[in-house]
Amino acid sequence: MGFDQYHEPADELPEVTRTFARINASLTEEAEAIGWYEQRLALEKDPVAQAVMRNAQGEEFKHFSMNLEFLLRMSPVWREIARTVLFKEGDIVEHGEEAESAADAAEGEPSAPSGSFSGSGSLGIGSLRGRGL
Amino acid sequence: MNHLLRELAPVSDGNWALLDTEARERLTPALGARKLVDFAGPRGWDHSATNLGRVTGVTGLLDGVGARQRRVLPLVELRVGFDIAREELEAGARGAEDVDLSSLDQAAQRIALAENVAVFHGWAAAGIVGIAEASPHSPIALSDDFASYPRHVAKAVELLLRTGISGPYGLALGPDGYTGVIETTEHGGYPLLSHLRHILEGPLVWAPGVRGAVVLSLRGGDFLFESGQDLSIGYDSHDETTVRLYLEESFSFRVATPEAAVALGEPAQAVTTQARRRVRTRVA
Repeated sequence: MGFDQYHEPADELPEVTRTFARINASLTEEAEAIGWYEQRLALEKDPVAQAVMRNAQGEEFKHFSMNLEFLLRMSPVWREIARTVLFKEGDIVEHGEEAESAADAAEGEPSAPSGSFSGSGSLGIGSLRGRGL
Repeated sequence: MNHLLRELAPVSDGNWALLDTEARERLTPALGARKLVDFAGPRGWDHSATNLGRVTGVTGLLDGVGARQRRVLPLVELRVGFDIAREELEAGARGAEDVDLSSLDQAAQRIALAENVAVFHGWAAAGIVGIAEASPHSPIALSDDFASYPRHVAKAVELLLRTGISGPYGLALGPDGYTGVIETTEHGGYPLLSHLRHILEGPLVWAPGVRGAVVLSLRGGDFLFESGQDLSIGYDSHDETTVRLYLEESFSFRVATPEAAVALGEPAQAVTTQARRRVRTRVA
């Protein structure tokens, strides 16, 4: 079993950083899978096979989005930058430049989790929907 | 450093991890409301109000200038303090497995209880209407006989279906009701729990603070919990022997579809709830 998501010795990393790294690795894997399905769909002629793969790719979209949301909750600065860029009409590059101001404004805040589950100090409990007997 | 001032506390990283882990473990079972309602956020400590999309009229400033004011639901802050002996934290740093965190445990139970009560039974002073009190359906009386619960729950589900509220459904139970359900088997030894799950097609949830029980739809979009600062531990003060900390959160809660839940209560409670609703209707 590999532990490639760790760039530094895992036993020296706090638990919260290891969690961050795991979800980061998952995000990358989901993005890769989305790209692979896109290529396969571009060449596949059989409509049923296409439908199956399109459905599978939809799952990867969902997984990617959940991973991203988790990471954004863990990193307030990243979240702030993403808020300036994502889901907006208009020039993406311009929004990216606006995001730099947001990052500057957040300078001094922890860019990634430190000492607790998230940079905000939250315990990271969030939604517990669906749990129970 | 943010408003929790954790960096000012004489608490090592290892002990913070110990406290955070303990808090999560104690809070997660008790936060029954979060297992059944929609959760949005956390939006951060500086998020102060939930947009309701509604307005009220205000007197115009100048002739010919119309004016309306936005209505919002302000977030409430809950905070419960607790003390940890520094001696215990030192023991934790040395690797003790039995660090006394009972004060934190009690605080976790307390704040979870408050959250559940606000969501299910409301908090008038904070402008929160709870799920049970918002429901326009007449409460269904529960009997003391747990074996009759399937009948009551099925009646609630049928009422929701008749109103056009689809499932799956969840059941929030106070501690006594939950224990009774878990312990009871029906004729033939079939667990009551399994029967109820079959009717609901959703979970049964232990929810301290719930009076009686509540059946509600889990289809989504009906019961909206918005978190500002999610549950966190902050630092208050310390002296030679004790570190004073607190558990804190900010949130709002609103019911978008009152008819998507049915309260189940003991006969006396059901009558009281109905009477209160009649009074409120009159006042309105």
